[in-house]
Amino acid sequence: MSLADFFRKKNSGNIAKDRLKLVLVSDRANCSPEVMELIKNDIIHVISKYMEIDAEGLDIQITQTESETDNGKVPALYANIPIKEMHHS
Amino acid sequence: MSEVIVITSGKGGVGKTTTTANVGTGLAQLNKKVVLIDTDIGLRNLDVVMGLENRIVYNLVDVVEGSCRIKQALIKDKKYPNLSLLPSAQTRDKSSVTPEQMKKLTDELREEFDYILLDCPAGIEQGFQNAIAGADRSIVVTTPEVSAIRDADRIIGLLESNEIRQTQLIVNRLRMDMVKRGDMMTVEDVCEILAVNLIGVVPDDEQIVISTNQGEPLVGSDALAGKAFANICKRIIGEDVPFLDLQKKASVFERLAGLFK
Repeated sequence: MSLADFFRKKNSGNIAKDRLKLVLVSDRANCSPEVMELIKNDIIHVISKYMEIDAEGLDIQITQTESETDNGKVPALYANIPIKEMHHS
Repeated sequence: MSEVIVITSGKGGVGKTTTTANVGTGLAQLNKKVVLIDTDIGLRNLDVVMGLENRIVYNLVDVVEGSCRIKQALIKDKKYPNLSLLPSAQTRDKSSVTPEQMKKLTDELREEFDYILLDCPAGIEQGFQNAIAGADRSIVVTTPEVSAIRDADRIIGLLESNEIRQTQLIVNRLRMDMVKRGDMMTVEDVCEILAVNLIGVVPDDEQIVISTNQGEPLVGSDALAGKAFANICKRIIGEDVPFLDLQKKASVFERLAGLFK
């Protein structure tokens, strides 16, 4: 985090804006926390077949990203899955 | 040609009723024939904000049920004869009226009035569906707070799916001193998040509380919020009015505050 980021983060107006942006993306996508939890569990289930992952540290959320095909933002499922160990066959 | 405008917000307490009272009075000051309808059945409030609470004989539910004629239920404003109020019923609930009945009522009022303003209840249930049923366009009121903006976003989505063709935003109760400190979202932030056109910014102004206490809308007065509402009215009738410089007033305060720091 840069010094500028540090100061930017400090004021509550920007915190509000950032939090709102995130919550609205999932509101608009009509994706409830329950559904997100189901998706998360399924992801853990599938990935675990191939590698050992840190289920506690796994983070998934719906964010916005620039569309590659047209100009404008589209919702994207973002997943951060920490790997503990690769399974070697 | 007359227009039916619903004033809504999702969240309660952000200033829908105050906005309806001030915008209605402001349009009357511009010599338009205006009727205000309080659609918040069970929680009647527009009458007290307008200072007309002592004149109620019949209400919205009476009209819809055919217990009286529309003319009998309309209350003329104290100052502006071209401004009327159709009060809500206090002892009934939202299911006393249907969206179809509301549509019929607003269509009948079109023959007599230039602007029909509907003060929508908070929430997204039947009261909201009733209020938007006959509307041509909508004004969404929000404050620069996370809860109000989140609810406004939901409401904007619902208005779109109900094919309300034009939705415009009022950012109410803006505090420039807090915006300057970075402790309140800016109007630009709010517009960027909600992605709708802005029709007005109303600063947080204690004169609003005072005028509501007295039952007289503030619009048209020299108070900053009064000017902001007057400008909103001009924009509603299609005039191109620049946004108030709210910064100026804040900086005077700040300079004063600075002296004592």
